[in-house]
Amino acid sequence: MMDTSNVPTGPRQNPELEEISPPITVVGPVAWLRTNLFSSPFNTLLTILAVLFLAWAVPPFIRWAFIDATWTFPREVLDGARGPNRGDCAPDGACWIFIQARIGQFLFGFYPADERWRVVLVFILTFGAVAGMLIERIPFKKQNALFLFVILPILSLWLLLGGLGLEVVSSRLWGGFMLTLIIACVGIVLALPLGILLALGRRSELPVVHLLSVMLIEFVRGVPLITVLFMANVMLPLFLPPGTTIDPLLRILVGFTVFTAAYLAEVVRGGLQAIGRGQYEGAASLGLGYWSMMRLIILPQALRISIPAIVNTINGAFMDTTLVAVVGLYDFLNIVRTGSRDANWIGTEIDGFVFCAAIYWICCYGMSRYSISLERKLDTGHKKR
Amino acid sequence: MSATAQALPTEIQSTDVMISMTDVHKWFGQFHVLKNINLSVHKGERIVVCGPSGSGKSTMIRCINRLEEHQRGKIVVDGIELTRDLKNIELVRREVGMVFQHFNLFPHLTVLENLTLAPVWVRKMPKKEAEDAAMHYLERVRIPEQADKYPGQLSGGQQQRVAIARSLCMNPKVMLFDEPTSALDPEMIKEVLDVMIELARSGMTMICVTHEMGFARTVANRVLFMDRGEIIEQNEPEAFFNNPQSERTKLFLSQILHH
Repeated sequence: MMDTSNVPTGPRQNPELEEISPPITVVGPVAWLRTNLFSSPFNTLLTILAVLFLAWAVPPFIRWAFIDATWTFPREVLDGARGPNRGDCAPDGACWIFIQARIGQFLFGFYPADERWRVVLVFILTFGAVAGMLIERIPFKKQNALFLFVILPILSLWLLLGGLGLEVVSSRLWGGFMLTLIIACVGIVLALPLGILLALGRRSELPVVHLLSVMLIEFVRGVPLITVLFMANVMLPLFLPPGTTIDPLLRILVGFTVFTAAYLAEVVRGGLQAIGRGQYEGAASLGLGYWSMMRLIILPQALRISIPAIVNTINGAFMDTTLVAVVGLYDFLNIVRTGSRDANWIGTEIDGFVFCAAIYWICCYGMSRYSISLERKLDTGHKKR
Repeated sequence: MSATAQALPTEIQSTDVMISMTDVHKWFGQFHVLKNINLSVHKGERIVVCGPSGSGKSTMIRCINRLEEHQRGKIVVDGIELTRDLKNIELVRREVGMVFQHFNLFPHLTVLENLTLAPVWVRKMPKKEAEDAAMHYLERVRIPEQADKYPGQLSGGQQQRVAIARSLCMNPKVMLFDEPTSALDPEMIKEVLDVMIELARSGMTMICVTHEMGFARTVANRVLFMDRGEIIEQNEPEAFFNNPQSERTKLFLSQILHH
């Protein structure tokens, strides 16, 4: 006869069972290694190859960039006996004194040394105001926006160009990282609203608005930025009454802005298309007009969806500022390259490029991190929190 | 079912015409979706529109706030004729609330912001006042505690009640309901219908496209049957359900009531 006393007849409670921790293959570092690095023979191979590659590439770079690098000027240079040159650096290490010797030019171009505080002031004010806008906890957003978008541009123009009591500094003397930031900031700040307007125009039911938007977007997108910059430089003056000269930097800014705006327009249009008809109808049924509907309902959602693509475009635009070199402006990259062609600094191209790459990377990585945090913050969508 | 509630009186006192549609026609391309629609709705009247799918019910009520454009005939809402004039269209939309099958709440705004948006931006109401009104209507639809949540965090029934409150915040003279319970899970239909019944009690002029025949019996002054773009039959609910005149109505009612 069978003993049935051990057969479970209903829900059984066994406190000991619940205390058992999961096996080591499920949690902890071993499990992590297994799932992420050695989940299949192919992945194991890839992991090994990647480790070998890193072992081959990273130590020499670290030796070059840090251990064997020259960080300080030699005695004679510090005493002022002579200027520094490539010969002061270790032959097999990075020559960071090249950057130190030239940093003023790299940052400010040919801006007069005594007036550079004006540029620094502009950037401190801009940085402060932008941080004030971006960081949620800081109050006075409205006043800040007024300062950032109305007062600051006028103030900056005065500080940078001079006049009215300040020494005049022609924009021909601007260069280096300052020029890169100015082109990027002004271009992007103007291109975003213009791009949004173009995107709305392209979706407009008014035939003239639609056609003009399509023509502008498709024309600009069909042409390389270099061509746009050349055209802005050479052709823009042809459309103006003879005798009027426009600042070359201004011409470039117009070209760069229109180019970036055309790309942003397509990105924003993608976001607009993702918004369902119901949102338009919901807004319309409440009596909202076209502009209120767009500003309050459609664009906030469309732009949120497009954040990754917008930041991607802005990142690209930031890099594309280096192309202004083709019309003779000394942006950051161009001025660093020019610096390493100096007879005293022959052989510092790589050092210069690595320095540029590091600075560009910091800027773009910062933008991308901010965009990710913005996406998270605005993610109120269909997910339950 | 909500039909258990006491039926509302079917006769209406007012003779003011709120909506009048005269000889309205509409085409979608070649397809004649509305044919010779003549309808006048008095102030305080509650009309239920029913009919098979594709019969033009939704299109008809969407013409009343010009979400759809009619191509022939005349529609006058609260004394304003609907033409291409955008000003008039916006004026009409302020006075005509609409509740959609899929709610169409704004997912990037909280419930409270959804409710105050139109009063603040369209009616230029001070924000504080709009928020007080919004809380009042949220209490009326029995979800004041959800004010700070986002629509995506609410159930379908709650979302639809928010949508009703959002329309009410504009203090409309007419409410249009376009299949308000069709997208809801069965257990949530009642909570929405109860809110609508309460709204009917308060004297709101309503036009509802719905398949909830219990609701029609309880609330409607008049039930309209549409088929293939035409109004086939209209009558008081008792007479409509107990003694339908046309063959098409009889067929429709037999399909919808005895399955």
